[in-house]
Amino acid sequence: MIALSDYLILAAILFSLSIVGIFINRKNVIILLMCIELMLLAVNINFIAFSHFLGDAVGQVFVFFILTVAAAEAAIGLAILVVLFRNRRTINVEELDSLAG
Amino acid sequence: MSFEKFLFYAFSAVLIFAAVMVITRRNPVHSALYLVLAFFASAGVWLLAEAEFLAIVLVLVYVGAVMVLFLFVVMMLDVDQAAMRAGFIKMLPVGILIGLLIAGEIFMVVGPGTFGLDQVAAPERLPADAQNTAVLGSLLYTVYMYPFEVAAVLLLVAIIAAIGLTHRRRGDATKYIDVAKQVSVRKGEDRVKLVDVPSEEKMELK
Repeated sequence: MIALSDYLILAAILFSLSIVGIFINRKNVIILLMCIELMLLAVNINFIAFSHFLGDAVGQVFVFFILTVAAAEAAIGLAILVVLFRNRRTINVEELDSLAG
Repeated sequence: MSFEKFLFYAFSAVLIFAAVMVITRRNPVHSALYLVLAFFASAGVWLLAEAEFLAIVLVLVYVGAVMVLFLFVVMMLDVDQAAMRAGFIKMLPVGILIGLLIAGEIFMVVGPGTFGLDQVAAPERLPADAQNTAVLGSLLYTVYMYPFEVAAVLLLVAIIAAIGLTHRRRGDATKYIDVAKQVSVRKGEDRVKLVDVPSEEKMELK
């Protein structure tokens, strides 16, 4: 039988892989957005695993809402990216310093 | 090893392989395609956890809509790949170190010692005619009605924001009808314009 810890470890590996992705691709905003999607996927796996093992469908309802928010986030993030590229001709994070942060 | 366990490990291996490919590919188009593979593999994992509705929603919404949007944007933007890769090798050891650290810490918290089969017994398999969609729907439309409506409004806000951000006014290049101007036309001076044309000079014939 598959144990709950198997699902949780799978999600942990996925989550740390996306953190590594954010570290090594920190100049490319598109890859950063993809890493965030992977992180949300890892969190969703946790929710579904607990929902399955505790026999409570509320965990799946939460996953439903996370999917909604993630879709909205991806749409707005990509829209910002398009506007950014139209104005600056680049999406390199290092060159986006007009706010002098 | 039971067939179920074999399926779980197969899907997990594909998922982790796809995730590694997403973060290491040079070309963002390849990354996006591997992300599609990752979503398919995790939909398989979710099916094993008896979340059939969400597994199919993941494929339909993510692979069908969000990833197509990603691919569209990646292909539309002309990105300098070489400049994007600068610092990749330099950050790799730090990234791997921190990734291993975080994975190890989470493993210590949720490992087999805490959430193994001895601590949390595997649930009984649901019968073949169990309705995951009906269970989820009856929860969503009763107990979680208001959050559901808020989520709908959130999607509407996202649509408006995305269109508002990317919409471009094209100056005078676009011809369109201004209804208010059409309605407020008065009978005399707006419709007929009287133009004074100077009469021709009499030409001298030679």
